[in-house]
Amino acid sequence: MFSVARQSVLRQARTQLRLSQPTAVPQYSAFARLLSTLAVLEQRDGKLNVSSLAAVSAGTKLGGSITAFVAGSGVKSVAEEAAKVKGIEKIIYVENGAYDKGLPENYAPLLVENIKKGGYTHILAGHSAFGKNLLPRVAAILDTQQISDITGIESEDTFVRPIYAGNAILTVQSTDSTKIITVRGTAFPVPETDGGSATVEEGVDPKADSPTEWVSEDLAKSDRPDLGSADKVVSGGRGLKSKEEFDRLMPPLADALGAAIGASRAAVDSGFADNSLQVGQTGKNVAPQLYLCAGISGAIQHLAGMKDSKVIAAINKDPEAPIFQVADVGLVGDLFEKVPELTEKLKSQ
Amino acid sequence: MSGLRILVPVKRVIDYAVKPRVNRAQTAVETASVKHSMNPFDELSIEEAVRLRERKTPVEEIVAFSAGPPKSQDILRTAMAMGVDRGIHVVVEEKDALEPLGVAKLLKKVVDEQKTNLVLLGKQSIDDDAGQTGQMLAGLLNWPQATQASKVQIEGDSVTVIKEVDGGVETVKAKLPMVITTDLRLNEPRYASLPNIMKAKKKPLDKKTLKDFGIESQPRLKTIKVTEPPTRKGGVKVDDVDSMISKLKELGAL
Repeated sequence: MFSVARQSVLRQARTQLRLSQPTAVPQYSAFARLLSTLAVLEQRDGKLNVSSLAAVSAGTKLGGSITAFVAGSGVKSVAEEAAKVKGIEKIIYVENGAYDKGLPENYAPLLVENIKKGGYTHILAGHSAFGKNLLPRVAAILDTQQISDITGIESEDTFVRPIYAGNAILTVQSTDSTKIITVRGTAFPVPETDGGSATVEEGVDPKADSPTEWVSEDLAKSDRPDLGSADKVVSGGRGLKSKEEFDRLMPPLADALGAAIGASRAAVDSGFADNSLQVGQTGKNVAPQLYLCAGISGAIQHLAGMKDSKVIAAINKDPEAPIFQVADVGLVGDLFEKVPELTEKLKSQ
Repeated sequence: MSGLRILVPVKRVIDYAVKPRVNRAQTAVETASVKHSMNPFDELSIEEAVRLRERKTPVEEIVAFSAGPPKSQDILRTAMAMGVDRGIHVVVEEKDALEPLGVAKLLKKVVDEQKTNLVLLGKQSIDDDAGQTGQMLAGLLNWPQATQASKVQIEGDSVTVIKEVDGGVETVKAKLPMVITTDLRLNEPRYASLPNIMKAKKKPLDKKTLKDFGIESQPRLKTIKVTEPPTRKGGVKVDDVDSMISKLKELGAL
């Protein structure tokens, strides 16, 4: 249909450019102009979720124009805030409280309408709970095979993503005319949130009903930095033995470093820590400057979520623990002694 | 509503404890003579379906489904040993493996055919880590969806689901029919007992092909290459907390 026509136009333009202008630079910019990305941003209570701007960073890597999309009640101010983000050309906002909770049953039709209207070649969103819930539904409605959790962009149709808990890296080429993609936040650093000047425009609102009703939420309140985007993360595992010990040892260490707190699946399963703190294949992916873990053996599912950290430090009493194979600094010892000592010494500095 | 007709799609994947190796030609992960088992999240879906019945929720039937190589019937038997009533196996050779969109399209046909009113899927399979099939199926059926469920409550045709989201949990409510994907905290899957494994061998298992459903395996994505991730250099071991701090400073992490 429309998107197919678009692709053939793209192809034609490229062939012609290749014939007439063999030099690479004008060819690229002319071709890049035909790419258009829609970056789906997240908002909560009228505030922009800054980590969702990773979709914009990924769009910048693709080249071409970037339009950002945001929906909910009172989102005009969110749109104006996002308009300052570098790299965005246009913001489309849809003001309607029905989209506040990001329910995919009405958000997907909303996005589909706006995608059809804008004729975008690429739809990007963060690989967050919101993006994971919504984008596959959008992809199915548009009959497109989504590409999840990309960590790299090779070209407009070729993307890199980890598979098998990060034990293999897949480079994949999409033949779909519209590429629907979720991006790994830690692989695409948030763009500058100042100096941009995007135009703000109202989008179409199909006002689809949602058969699903949002009832309530219970979010862990924390003054600490957000786990997904923190510079430093301290993480505890089964070695902490109980929730009491976890709560006694980990928060002071985190505070001494100004770090976020994470946990292994074993610690979460044993009830030491909340599920939202889980780092790993099926939890959060983090890539901080420092990942300091105690009492974590280093199962492959856990490593999948943290091995892109700049520096990994580990405290574990088992010298054979696999975590030491990836740790830059390893300390073999009893965490019940070493963690408080470390906390004290960091505090006194 | 007379009762729940539950469909539980399951996938045969490389066992979660096995470290996958990329093949020499860098075209895929080595799967020959590697231990396979049921995708861990699918075990949670089956457990939940069986528990619904045990909790006296009216369950008419629990059907397990898999689209995969002939060996996928092993995991369907496992599902039956856990309490599923019967299985449907769409035989798809590994070279024709379906993408999530293809699986979702196939599942839509199965749902129509089986008059399913609840589909329980795992939130992701641990091989391709896509996390798409459930949401795609819900989109194709235009049914409500609840992803990453950690608690499911069904009363009549009203379903309340607690979902794991970034930073906590969220509760949503919808009416059947519905698609739910399961998260780790939902339950603790049971082990199949030997008598149940024996009984499972007698439960009906339908063998089908993609053609029976009018589905073709036409991949939209082309694998360019599969590589090993960059390996981290082994670091140093230090003897005490002071040297740990000084080493971290040296590395610029403090």
